[in-house]
Amino acid sequence: MLLELKDVRRTFGGLAAVDGASLAVEAGEVHGLIGPNGAGKTTLLNLISGLIPATSGTIRLDGVRLDGLPSHRIAALGVTRTYQNIRLFPALTAADNVLVGAHLKRHAPLWRRMLFLPSAAVEERGAREASLALLGRVGMAERARERASNLSYGEQRRVEIARALASSPRVMLLDEPTAGMNPGEVAAIAELIRGVSRAGHSVLLVEHNVKLVMKVCDRITVLDFGKVIADGTPAEVASDPAVIAAYLGGEAAA
Amino acid sequence: MGQQIVNGLFLGSIYALFALGYTLVFGVLDILNLAHQAVFMVCAYAALVLVVHLHMPMVAAFPVAVLLGGLLGMLVDRIAFKPLRGRSDSNIAGLISSIALATILEAGVVQFFGPDVERFPFGTVPTRSLKIGGAVISELQIIIIAIALVMLAGLTWLLRRTQLGRRIRAVAESPKAARVLGVNVDRIISASFFVSSALGAAAGVLFGLAFNNVAPDMGRSVELKGLAVIVLGGMGSMPGAALAGLALGLLEVFTVAWIGSSYRDAVAFGVLFLVLVLRPRGLLGSAALREA
Amino acid sequence: MSLGGLQDFWLTYQSTVAFVGLNGLLALSVYTTLSCGQLSLAQAAFMAIGAYASAILTFHTRAPFALNLAVATLLPALVAVPLGLPVLRLKGVFLAIATIGFGEVVRLFFVNLDFTNGALGLTAVPQRTAIWMIYAALAVALFVLWRVRGSRAGYALEAIREDEPAARTMGIDVARYKLAMLALGAAFAGLAGALEAHYTFMVAPGTYSFTRVVDMLVYAVVGGTGIFYGPVVGATFLTLLPEVLREVGSRVGLQPGPLRLFVNGLVLLLVILFLPEGISSLPGRLRARRRARREAHAA
Repeated sequence: MLLELKDVRRTFGGLAAVDGASLAVEAGEVHGLIGPNGAGKTTLLNLISGLIPATSGTIRLDGVRLDGLPSHRIAALGVTRTYQNIRLFPALTAADNVLVGAHLKRHAPLWRRMLFLPSAAVEERGAREASLALLGRVGMAERARERASNLSYGEQRRVEIARALASSPRVMLLDEPTAGMNPGEVAAIAELIRGVSRAGHSVLLVEHNVKLVMKVCDRITVLDFGKVIADGTPAEVASDPAVIAAYLGGEAAA
Repeated sequence: MGQQIVNGLFLGSIYALFALGYTLVFGVLDILNLAHQAVFMVCAYAALVLVVHLHMPMVAAFPVAVLLGGLLGMLVDRIAFKPLRGRSDSNIAGLISSIALATILEAGVVQFFGPDVERFPFGTVPTRSLKIGGAVISELQIIIIAIALVMLAGLTWLLRRTQLGRRIRAVAESPKAARVLGVNVDRIISASFFVSSALGAAAGVLFGLAFNNVAPDMGRSVELKGLAVIVLGGMGSMPGAALAGLALGLLEVFTVAWIGSSYRDAVAFGVLFLVLVLRPRGLLGSAALREA
Repeated sequence: MSLGGLQDFWLTYQSTVAFVGLNGLLALSVYTTLSCGQLSLAQAAFMAIGAYASAILTFHTRAPFALNLAVATLLPALVAVPLGLPVLRLKGVFLAIATIGFGEVVRLFFVNLDFTNGALGLTAVPQRTAIWMIYAALAVALFVLWRVRGSRAGYALEAIREDEPAARTMGIDVARYKLAMLALGAAFAGLAGALEAHYTFMVAPGTYSFTRVVDMLVYAVVGGTGIFYGPVVGATFLTLLPEVLREVGSRVGLQPGPLRLFVNGLVLLLVILFLPEGISSLPGRLRARRRARREAHAA
C-alpha cells in the first residue's frame, strides 16, 4: 500500500463533504475515483495534497502520515497533482511551468549562480532540458515557449500533467484531466496516463468519464455523498448494484 | 475620569464616522480606498470656504459640504476604481490609484490654499461649555457627538430598512449573486461611494471644527488611525467600525491621561498590530483573513 | 563643453544624481516583496533602523564606514524575521496594513526616543557618503536580483506571485521565500537609509513616514514590477521629473511643491490605469505592436 486513507472525514459547517472515506492506492497502480457530482472527490484530493485539513482520519504515504503536514512537505514526500480548473501559472511559458514543477529536484545553491560558477550553468541547462523532454512526452515540445495563457484547453491540461511529473512523484493526483475534451484528446490522455504508470508513478485519477476510468484503471473506488460505496476492479465495480443505483445510468454509456 | 470619558467619546465619534466610510467601501468592493482621507480633508476646506467666502452659517455649510463629499466620492469611484473592475490585480491597483487621486487632490489644495493651517472664524460655532457631574463638556462637543449619532442612526436605517441598503449589502456579500438577481452592481457601488464619502466629509468638517484646524495633511494621521479602527472593528463591519472608533478614542484619551502623551499615537498602531496577529477578523468581522 | 561648465553642472545637480541612486535602491526594497506578490509597506521603518543605527555608530564609535553600512544592512534584515513570521500569513491588503502599522510604531518609537533626540533627530551627521557608494550599492542590489531571476528561487518566486497554493503543492516552501524577500528588501532599505543619512547630514523620524514608503511604492509601480530593473527606471523618472518641471512651473506661476505632488499623482494614475506594467514595459509593448502591424501588412 503506497497511499492509504483511513476513515477520512472533512466537515464544512454542519455538512460532511467527505464522510469516513477509506481507500488504498498500490505502488504502480492507476486507481480511479469516481462518483456523482458533489460526491467529495475533489475534496478528497484537496485533503491528500494538504490544501485543506482533515477533520479526522489518517492519510499515509508509505507509512508516513500526510494529514497535518503543510502542502509543500506533502509534495516533498512525493505527491503531486493537477487541478480541475487547471492552475498553470498563466504568465509563465509552458517550459517554465514545468521547470517550476521540478523545484524539488533542483539543488542549485544560489551563491553558485551569483559567482557565475559553471556548475550552476550546467545544472540550469540540465533542468531546462529535462523540462523540454517532459513536454515532449506529453506532446507539447513545439509549444514550449508559448505563454501558458495562450495555450488551448487541451494543451494546458497536458502541460499541467508534465508539470506534475517534473518532480518524479510517487503518486500523482489527477483531477478530471479529460473534462471538456473530445474523444481523440481523451484517448491521448488515456495513453499518457498509461505511460505515467508504466514509468513507475502511481496515479489516483478522479474522473467523470466512466468509460475512460474502466479502460485505464487497475482498481476503482466509488464515492457518493462523501462515503465509499464500492471498491474493486473495473469489472467488480461495473456490476455492483449500489454503484449502478447511485450513479450510472447515463454516464456509463458516455 | 468622567472628563476623560467625555473627551474619549468625542474624539471616538469622529474616528467612528471616518471609519464607517472606510469600512463600507471595503465591505462592498474589498478594496481599501486611500482617497477617503483626501475627501475628508477637501470637504473640511469646502466648509471653510462656504463659511468664510460665501458667508454661510455652519448649519447650512455642513450639509452642503457633506453633499459635496458624496459627489466627490462618486467621482473617485469613477476615476480610480471603476476602470479597474475586472482586472486581476484590482486590489493592489485600486489601492495605488486611490493614492494617486489623493495626491492630486492634496496638490490642488496646497496650490490654492497654501500648506499652512487654516482656522474657522470666531463665531462659527458656539463656544460655551457646560458642567455635568465633574466633567466639562462644550456645546460644540455635544453637537458633534449628536451629529455623529444621528448619522450613525441614519446609516443603520439606510442599510437595514431601505431597498438601497439591501442592495448594498447584497453586493457586499457577493457581486455575482447580486448581478444575477438583477442588481445594477456598478450603480450600487457608486451609491456606496456616495454614502461612504459623505460620512468621511462629515468627519472632516467635524474634525476641523473640533480642533479648529484645517490643513492639507490633516487626513494623513486620521487615515492611518482609521486603518487601526477598521481592523479592530472587523473589516467590512459597520457596527464594528462604530464600536472600534469609540473604543480607540477612549483608548487614546486614557493613554494620554495615564501613561503620557507621547504614546498617544503609538497605542493605535500597537492595537492594530496585535489584532492582525492575534485575531485578524477583529471584534465583529467575519471572513478568514489568512492564507490558505 | 568646457571643464568649468561640467563642474558647474555637477555642483548644481549632484544631489539629484545622489537621489536618483538612493530612490532606485529604495524602490528595489519595495520590489523584492512585490516580486512574490506581497505588498509590504514597512520599508520606511527598515530604512529608519538602518539610518539610526549607522548614525549612532558614527557618533559613538570610530568604526569604518563600511562597518556602519554592513550593520545598517544586516540589522533591518534581522528585524524583518520576527516581523515577517506572523505577518506574512496575512492576505493582500491585511499584510499591507500590518506593515503600515509596524512602520508607524517604529517611527513613533524613534520620535519618542530621547537618546536620538526624539522628533528633532540627529543632526550634523558627517557626510561620509560619496555618490559612487550609492551607485555601488544600487549595482549590488540589481546584481543580486538579476541573478535570482532565472534561478530555482527565481522561478519559485514567480510561481508564488501567480498562485500561492498551487506553488505549495509543487514543494515550494512559500513562507520561507516570502520571509527571505522581506529580509532582502529590509536590507536594501536599511542600506539606503544609512547612505542617505550620511549624505543629507541628518536623521529625523519625519523622513521615514508612511508618505515616504508610498513614494517608494510609486517609484516601483511607475517603473514596472514585472522586471527587476523596472523600479529603478521609475525612481529615475520620478526623481528627474520635478527638476524638469521646476523650470517649467516657475514660468507658469505654479508652486514647485504642489506641482511636484500633482505630477506624481497624475503620472501614477495614468500608469496604473493605462500602463499597469509600468514604464519599463513600454519597449516590449511597442515592439509587439510593430510586429503585429508588420504581420498584418504581410497578410
